[in-house]
Amino acid sequence: MKAKMSKARRKGNHKRGPLVMRTFTWLSFSRLILASALALLSFALPSAAQDWFKTGTGLGVTKARLALPDTVTRSAFGPPLPKTFHDVVWADLDYSGILDMVSPSFYPVQAPGQPSELKAADWAAAPANAYMVAYGSLSMDASGLAFAGYLSDVHNPTAPLALQKIYRGAATDADVRRMAHQFADDIIGVLSGGQTGIAQTKIAYASARNGNKEIWVMDYDGANQQQLTHLKSIALTPRWSPDATRIAFTCFAPFWGVTSAQICIYSTASDRLIAFPRYRGTNGSPAWSPDGSEIAFMSSLNGDPEIYISDAGGAHLHRITFAAGVSTSPAWNPKTGKQLAFVSDRAGAPVLYLANSDGSNVEKLNLPDMGYVVDPAWSPNGQLLAFSWRRPSGNYDIYVMEIVSQQLVELTRDAGRNERPSWAPDGRHIVFESTRTGTRQIWSMLADGSQPHQLTFQGQNESPSWSSK
Amino acid sequence: MYPSTHRKLTLLIGLVALAVFAGGCKKKVAATPPAAPPVPTPQPTVTLNASPSTVNPGQTVTLSWSSTNATDLEIQPAVGKVAPQGSTPENPTQSTTYTITATGAGGSATASASVNVNAPSAPAAMAPTAQPSVSDLFDQNVKDAYYDLDKSDLREDARAALTKDAEFLRSYPQAKVSIEGHCDERGSTEYNLGLGQRRAEAAKNYLISLGIPADRMETTSWGKERPFCAEHDESCWQQNRRAHFVLSH
Repeated sequence: MKAKMSKARRKGNHKRGPLVMRTFTWLSFSRLILASALALLSFALPSAAQDWFKTGTGLGVTKARLALPDTVTRSAFGPPLPKTFHDVVWADLDYSGILDMVSPSFYPVQAPGQPSELKAADWAAAPANAYMVAYGSLSMDASGLAFAGYLSDVHNPTAPLALQKIYRGAATDADVRRMAHQFADDIIGVLSGGQTGIAQTKIAYASARNGNKEIWVMDYDGANQQQLTHLKSIALTPRWSPDATRIAFTCFAPFWGVTSAQICIYSTASDRLIAFPRYRGTNGSPAWSPDGSEIAFMSSLNGDPEIYISDAGGAHLHRITFAAGVSTSPAWNPKTGKQLAFVSDRAGAPVLYLANSDGSNVEKLNLPDMGYVVDPAWSPNGQLLAFSWRRPSGNYDIYVMEIVSQQLVELTRDAGRNERPSWAPDGRHIVFESTRTGTRQIWSMLADGSQPHQLTFQGQNESPSWSSK
Repeated sequence: MYPSTHRKLTLLIGLVALAVFAGGCKKKVAATPPAAPPVPTPQPTVTLNASPSTVNPGQTVTLSWSSTNATDLEIQPAVGKVAPQGSTPENPTQSTTYTITATGAGGSATASASVNVNAPSAPAAMAPTAQPSVSDLFDQNVKDAYYDLDKSDLREDARAALTKDAEFLRSYPQAKVSIEGHCDERGSTEYNLGLGQRRAEAAKNYLISLGIPADRMETTSWGKERPFCAEHDESCWQQNRRAHFVLSH
């Protein structure tokens, strides 16, 4: 255990500075630690029911302290746009998982609009104690809106600016949000060693708010919710293609005289459905290979629901699972492209299996008490598997397992049904569905379970899929 | 997220790839020895049958076809593109001539089949002694099969229900059914789609074992998407774990 922890600490220091880790109590009270990606995160305050501890150097300075003064305006604005810009950047940075936002009550009175107006020493000193200050000015002219954005290391005032960029757009709420997301992503990119932020990513999901379940899409923060499909039947389980131009999902369509579940593909680039063959029986749960060239899905075309793989156009269909019972929910390891996780009830209750993408080497993923294990989702680095687990004693919760070490972390607890995890491309965030408010809604959280954010509020919403870019 | 520059870039790459590809092809052609005289591509052939050829309104006709040397097949009206061979149920409301067009490298071929639909009988005269319709009898006699949690095995009560269903289907040999598998809300969306299909298949296979032809039954699954009962308790969940019978039209 000790060796593992110090190794993880070195890894953490090497990458991004100090490390904080969380464990929790099992029935067995054995401590299980998840290293690697989760180790880069910091964590919420401990709850009494859980056994927490932290490791790392210099607790309390685990994340860069960043100040974001109000947006300075260089033209006359109505109040909404500069405030929206500031609020969106703030929310993006605060939720990045790598920054400690300095409370505005500690800020010097003067908000800088450009580097010559930044009094670095005042920001570096108590009470602000900031390391970095992100700031800039918003102006408007005939060509539209422009934000001049800067990021300064206030402990090294003579060092070159960490970021200096002009962001342009129309004077609309949508464009201001986009510009703010771009600024936030650039800041996060600089401060996380080039790992791009996720503020411009999208989440696809199924929503029944207008009657039928249809496919919807929204910004990663829940803004800009839009209905994509109008099939007026049932649309389920959307999954983004790796290039984020298409969404494969389960649709219900007539075939052989009955309405059955089929694979549908929606192009977000051309705003229409793309042809995909229909098969007899029930078809569903499409999943893209990491290079986007193939789709794995469940089909009962030969009787039993098994996993098949075809190319992205539906041709070259071949079957990869051969076991009586249901095999479904394939998830392709995005790093190797050669391993699939899937769900099967071949041995009783549905649980997770791993296999090579040609169907060989099928291996059951063993958990301490099996229960009901579904919804596998690989982290972008291909090392962690998130899933939903209904343990014999409780409700569905989201867990993450590091496959190599089989170490587990529970991310949700005692809050309704929590299902269908999907990873953000930064590997630091997970989106999922939860019934904790009494209705089924889309939530996101940091990949350690902290900072849960409710993203949808209207009707019932399910099956989120986070776009890769 | 989908900046037009990205699309332009993709287009550009596509065009460049196309240009390279085209160039490559040209070179290849130049290097190839003179082509052998073309082998005549075989002409497609196609047949189409409608059975029965005379029906009452609302009754189902089975169109079946087969073809050779064809890549594209289309049946009009109403059916559309189809596989090189197969069959499909249709419910013409009036007398219809179906035409199949088979197209292949060697040309195209067509075939036709006519279905005569009897004029509806005058309902007024029948009214006082109206016989129950097949649909009414179906609703009265055909029972759904129920299942245990996460199971598609047939319980005794399910076998009993299916035995009754088989009697009905034997009495009305024209009747076709779709068997729809359903699940309670506790499983995952994706797993339940598969489980519902297993339930429907289990019911179908039992009926086949009782002598009902497989081609009178289609199976499908609604997973947990169309529950019969919305409460969150076992009596309701049991209602939702079933293979539901629907008369095909």
